[in-house]
Amino acid sequence: MNDMIIPDLVERELKVVGTRPLRPDGMDKVTGRAKFGADMHVPNMLIGRVLRSPHAHARIKSIDASKARALKGVKAVITADALCDLPSEFVPAGEMMVNFRDITRNVMARDKALYEGHAVAAVAATSDAVAAQALSLIEVDYEVLPHVIDVEKAMQPDAPLLHDDMYTIGADPKPEKPSNIAKRVEFGFGDLDAGFAKADVVVEREFTTKPVHQGYIEPHACLASVSEDGQAELWCTTQGQFIVRAFCAKLLGMEVSQLRVTASEIGGGFGGKTVVYLEPLALALSREACQPVKMVMSRTEVFQASGPTSGAKLWIKVGATKDGTVTAADALLKYQAGAFQGSPVQPGAMCAFAPYELENVRVIGFDVVVNRPKVAAYRAPGGPIAEFAVESVMDEVALKINMDPVDFRLKNAAKEGTRAPYGPKLGPIGLVQTLQAARAHEHYAAPLKANQGRGVASGFWFNIGGETCASLNVGEDGSVAMVVGTPDIGGSRASLSMMAAEELGIPLEHVHPIIGDTSSLGFNFLTGGSRVTFSSGMAIVQAAREVIEILRDRAAKLWEVPMEEVEWVDGHARFTGSGEAKSLSLVELAKTAGKTGGPIIGNAAINATGAGPSLATHLVDVEVDPETGAVKILRYTAIQDAGKAVHPSYVEGQMQGGAVQGIGWALNEEYIYDDKGRLENPGFLDYRIPVCSDVPMIDTVIVEVPNPNHPYGVRGVGETPIVPPMGAIANAVSHATGVRFTDLPMSPPRVLDAIDSNQAT
Amino acid sequence: MTKHHVETTVNGNEVEFLCATEQTLLDVLRDELYLTGSKEGCSSGDCGACSVMLDGRLVCACLVLGVEAQGRKVETIEGMASGDTLHPLQQTFLEHAALQCGICTPGILVAAKALLERNADPSETEVRFWLAGNLCRCTGYDKIVRAVLDTAAQMRGATSKSGKAAKKAVTEGA
Ligand code: FES
Ligand code: FES
Repeated sequence: MNDMIIPDLVERELKVVGTRPLRPDGMDKVTGRAKFGADMHVPNMLIGRVLRSPHAHARIKSIDASKARALKGVKAVITADALCDLPSEFVPAGEMMVNFRDITRNVMARDKALYEGHAVAAVAATSDAVAAQALSLIEVDYEVLPHVIDVEKAMQPDAPLLHDDMYTIGADPKPEKPSNIAKRVEFGFGDLDAGFAKADVVVEREFTTKPVHQGYIEPHACLASVSEDGQAELWCTTQGQFIVRAFCAKLLGMEVSQLRVTASEIGGGFGGKTVVYLEPLALALSREACQPVKMVMSRTEVFQASGPTSGAKLWIKVGATKDGTVTAADALLKYQAGAFQGSPVQPGAMCAFAPYELENVRVIGFDVVVNRPKVAAYRAPGGPIAEFAVESVMDEVALKINMDPVDFRLKNAAKEGTRAPYGPKLGPIGLVQTLQAARAHEHYAAPLKANQGRGVASGFWFNIGGETCASLNVGEDGSVAMVVGTPDIGGSRASLSMMAAEELGIPLEHVHPIIGDTSSLGFNFLTGGSRVTFSSGMAIVQAAREVIEILRDRAAKLWEVPMEEVEWVDGHARFTGSGEAKSLSLVELAKTAGKTGGPIIGNAAINATGAGPSLATHLVDVEVDPETGAVKILRYTAIQDAGKAVHPSYVEGQMQGGAVQGIGWALNEEYIYDDKGRLENPGFLDYRIPVCSDVPMIDTVIVEVPNPNHPYGVRGVGETPIVPPMGAIANAVSHATGVRFTDLPMSPPRVLDAIDSNQAT
Repeated sequence: MTKHHVETTVNGNEVEFLCATEQTLLDVLRDELYLTGSKEGCSSGDCGACSVMLDGRLVCACLVLGVEAQGRKVETIEGMASGDTLHPLQQTFLEHAALQCGICTPGILVAAKALLERNADPSETEVRFWLAGNLCRCTGYDKIVRAVLDTAAQMRGATSKSGKAAKKAVTEGA
């Protein structure tokens, strides 16, 4: 069941936006024609492979590749020397900041291997078999070092140190000794002691979450070709071809315009394809071999060496009065960053309590390096971890004061004008509407049986804007080629062409979208932060308005009237002055463009601002098997403020997909390490993501509270849906069993243990 | 390294190829015959992205050796539409927005077709268990299951209005 609730209708009547047309790239994807990262072949192509560290932490004393180089068919062998060593410098990537010194060391270890699977060398050869053989001939002399996997152990003063020059940023006083704590952040305001003193009920709990992988089905893949004069082309699966270009150019010591990056179709990313892994290696190998080099990760490599999101240790304390008013909220978040700084603890700390209107609040967060793969963004990075813990405690507080959990959230809900815990006042947001929809939903009143429980949780995510370019080229027959610079990860070619058609007033079938390569447009920030429909949409609308200006001008010229007397309505220029009515369609104007002033194009280069946070409330019913500890999801309803749902089917798809990823996070998914720091489950058999038979239909309710900063009210919807599920499911399992669950995943052995020890006491 | 000469039928066409002993059918399809519609998500039989039909049986092409195709019939996503007419599953997947990134789509379509060939009227539960070997990380499976049920209804000549089949699915699942 997929419902829509629209409290404030957008004023102008819309013809295309809000409908459910077929997506323009659909045909290629149901016929197998669509070309993804690994689907490209070019003549004279070599195959590249990576040698990876078998140790969690080891000094690289020497690498001898002479035997590999001598093997017939081997055309290039590289180690870290093939890439530039770069100074520490922070740049934004998605919602995170990245450091070039760390990126170059993460794609290829220098001096030390910092996690199992860390790249130490790479080869390119005439076949995959030869490349594999060459790897076995490379001799690496390691000095194995003590390692640390656990976040709290890594914070101890005597923990094995990953980087001996890491001094905690944001610590006061400045630390005198290096440590594994990369950064400390703090947000909040008010007087916590006074707030807790006013409380009738205080709940304080600790939580743990495990690293989970984005789990995109398409492994990382690329094909690089560097010519003898240094011009380079790169084809790869990525969420941002311009970010890949920026990173690779820096690592290879090239000018950005020497490198043309084309984004392939992308087989899922969820944040994990916002960084580079193979791409700089393929370029370096190709540069050495002077032949194209293709590289594709195995699933094992994807798990071992590409970013999961952080595991964390969390502490939450919330106080409330008997009438349900939260008087104080405090949190301490410790996030694993993996081998290099840059966990999403900052956004996690910012949104931990963001669904609530609070007077006294504090969140402290630590970014901690450990001997695990460097984390990458994963859908609302940082948010789901912190909000899982907060939503669990909020549920317990409501239970203690005997208040319905939805009513409790409504009483404390953040709304327009609320001061967010991270500082600014919030604009119009739709949390209250999602909570009201939850309470009114038939799901919320449905009866439950023995061993079943219902959970509710809300979630907040920011969404972002950023640098965006787009162009519309009106063809001589009136069809429109639309070029955007943000890879289409789940239907954005549909939503963006819909906005173009709506603005221009032409049929959607006449708009033909492509994703431009890095030489066809100005810089675009990546597909991430739920920004594409918002930012590229804004750019498309601006480009369309530019086209309309030109079209009005051309009509005015043809009619020999002032441009002010020509308006654009429904895909036609119309004469508004006195006299005979005149009208020219876009097609007619396009046909005569050569005579009236030349080609008609609209370009936009903007820095999109004003993205609105999107909030959601999820309801879930579970049944816990008391014999096995297995948790079954019986029913699920996801309710979210989408701002404006441009193509509601794809908005629902985001909500459903996020919810099911959350179900995996809550119940099954985790990185399991042995005592040597080696990943024990680097495959889909043992790292179990939800399969079709694990889940029910995911009902959706789209609430539309328009974002005033976007011409169509768009907010961005892709990330918020993964924020509430873990809290909602933990609350449901707790209600079904009478035991509070604080550790993810709630896998059968853990649930069974908890039930058993509860009965024993 | 001696290669094997293999003669087989792919999507109704007779083809020959040379392959090494260790090359899988998936490697051969993708890297020798350039039929890249079948995808590699794991190469261990766990994701179903490489699903193809071998002599009418649904298999993971990553678990079959190229040499095993000798004298047999292989069907892949590239052979699913006839001419410019999509298979009803392909068309219904588009209408239901049953794909986001689309990397799982070829495998899921091939697997769903195999289901409907042996069971024209599957329940929601039957669809879910049949497709349990095909991972999709984007959609949460909801729209995929609805699309398969709706296609089954259409192919049985029942009403083609998508909503009805989906409603039936929900009631059955509950
Ligand atoms: S690639 Fe064959 S099952 Fe995953
Ligand atoms: S649509 Fe992306 S994995 Fe299924």
